[in-house]
Amino acid sequence: MTLIDLANPTRFLALTARLLPWLAAATIILLAIGLYQSATAPDDYQQGATVKIMFIHVPNAWLSMFVWGVMSIASLGTLVWRHPLADVAAKAAAPIGASFTFLALLTGSLWGRPMWGTYWEWDARLTSVLILFLMYLGLMALWRAVDDPSRAARAAAVLTLVGALNLPIIKFSVDWWNTLHQPASVMRMGGSSLDRSFLIPLLVMAIAFTLLFVTLHLAAMRNEILRRRVRSLQMMQASRVAFSEVGTGSREGSTSKEVGAA
Amino acid sequence: MQLSGHGVTCVRGGREVFAGLDFGAGSGEAVAVVGRNGSGKTSLLRLIAGLLIPAGGTIALHGGDAELTLPEQCHYLGHRDALKPALSVAENLTFWADFLGGERFDAGESLATVGLDHAADLPAAFLSAGQRRRLSLARLLTVRRPVWLLDEPTTALDVAGQDMFSGLMREHLARGGLIVAATHAPLGIDSRELRIGGAV
Amino acid sequence: MTALSALIRRDIRIALRVGGGALIGVLFFLTVVVLMPFAVGPDLALLSRLGPAILWLGALLASLLTLDRLFMADHEDGSLDLITMSRTPLELACAAKALAHWLAAGLPLIVATPVLGLLLNLDMVATGAVALTLLAGTPALTFTGMIGAALAVTLHRGGLLMAVLVLPLSIPVLIFGVAASQAAIVGPMTFGAPFSILCALSLVSLVIGPFAAAASLKHGLD
Repeated sequence: MTLIDLANPTRFLALTARLLPWLAAATIILLAIGLYQSATAPDDYQQGATVKIMFIHVPNAWLSMFVWGVMSIASLGTLVWRHPLADVAAKAAAPIGASFTFLALLTGSLWGRPMWGTYWEWDARLTSVLILFLMYLGLMALWRAVDDPSRAARAAAVLTLVGALNLPIIKFSVDWWNTLHQPASVMRMGGSSLDRSFLIPLLVMAIAFTLLFVTLHLAAMRNEILRRRVRSLQMMQASRVAFSEVGTGSREGSTSKEVGAA
Repeated sequence: MQLSGHGVTCVRGGREVFAGLDFGAGSGEAVAVVGRNGSGKTSLLRLIAGLLIPAGGTIALHGGDAELTLPEQCHYLGHRDALKPALSVAENLTFWADFLGGERFDAGESLATVGLDHAADLPAAFLSAGQRRRLSLARLLTVRRPVWLLDEPTTALDVAGQDMFSGLMREHLARGGLIVAATHAPLGIDSRELRIGGAV
Repeated sequence: MTALSALIRRDIRIALRVGGGALIGVLFFLTVVVLMPFAVGPDLALLSRLGPAILWLGALLASLLTLDRLFMADHEDGSLDLITMSRTPLELACAAKALAHWLAAGLPLIVATPVLGLLLNLDMVATGAVALTLLAGTPALTFTGMIGAALAVTLHRGGLLMAVLVLPLSIPVLIFGVAASQAAIVGPMTFGAPFSILCALSLVSLVIGPFAAAASLKHGLD
């Protein structure tokens, strides 16, 4: 199955209709396993039971960046390869990415409450995620601001790619800004020094969340394709002439214009 | 009912567009304002609608509703359609019906008359220029007002649309209304010509 | 009354639909507030001291910058002509449009305040005080801002010119808004005095705004 085969929306809809139940089932099973393992994982000797927020927080944070990556590839698809489904993929991913980013912020701040004593600390990590969240919201606002999706697609694609290039710079600046003002942040997570009893549930959760994203994304893409079909049907309906009661003669003049636009 | 203007002078941007213009129209009468581009056809309509203030002269409607001012008894159909693309066709029409007030007729029927009943629930953004014009016409049918001020009303309308519109104007005149239309194209109804700004 | 409620409902509907700008104001508010710590540093004690001022500045900019299209859109599509000609006095129509704008763009700012208070380390009392002063003060911003929006139509210039015209007019609101929130948080003044003045400013602008805007629109007819 190549990308070209998927270019046809009808084929995409048929394929995803068959794929989605399996994906959903796999997501549920993995999530159940991951949650069970997380619940039974030992408490941290410093942080106690609060460490379990990590099993939700880290996958969300990972996906907040992963989704932007997916959108960037989709944007390349829009701008370079002109893949017909690319902007559908980019548009459908934005709200999902924003939700994961929001959950990362929420769980981060809930985790911060016992650690820092406040819900929010201008910690370099959290701050970067907050900026990412703002960029997601801006992107969604851009999609919403323009009525015609194909016109919004190019603008959104450019913004997504610029964002992707800027994200490392923003991350670096925030790190620099943060260390300028305060020494090391309270919370440190050495990735590799993590104990196996934490690592395995975390990996399972990360895969489960990624599957969750893929499932939601495909479903959202289906919705977007159907929404666009409704839109063009509506435009065709608008240009249809229901004019039998009044007047006679030809009315092709007013109808021919819009079929092209649809 | 008699609409009359005496010695109406219009100055725009320091330039005198026309001066000392006399005109009149009675119930059931249509006046076609003709003249070359820039002769002040649109300005005359906007003066009657109260959207411009005359530099001299008076415009008055005698025998109308004494409680209302002249602009409140006018329908002004300008170049711009006063439609919001984000609202549906029906929402656009009912908004104007609610906002303009007065005697009100069924919005759905007006839409059917102008041939847009199939599009009532669609966003106005999907309409073509001609359909937008038809929707504006539906406004004139839903809220009844005696004076119609029409600025190039037939632009963007196809042949069938122009026929339909001529029919609507005839009905309006038969009800005792009066029409002042600025136009280059023939209106398709019996009308008196008011030439402004010299020869074409 | 039907005419005015129809106008309010239409404007809110447009603001909330695709292409409407209601939620962009909140996003702008959020962004401005998030930018502040990068300028003043992440020190939570400092941020909580500056918090009310930051929130007020953000709300001020957000509510004014969304205003410049208030009459411009209606002017461009010809709706303003029909509104001017209608039986509804133009002053009341202006007031209705401003009210609709405040409901669609001003109220969400107040709803967003608690979240932003969290980012700036404001406690419950401080956040409540800021939200309350914004509730009392943002109508003043909208109703003075509408004068600028009407001038923007008259002069065929929008955007920054409008901001330059209107921002000085909003200084009193800013002064008493921030003063009232600070009074509630640290004292030593009583909350009542500046808050009453803030409410008075809102009430005065509720009257002056529509008249000035309508006069400007009528004068600028062409």
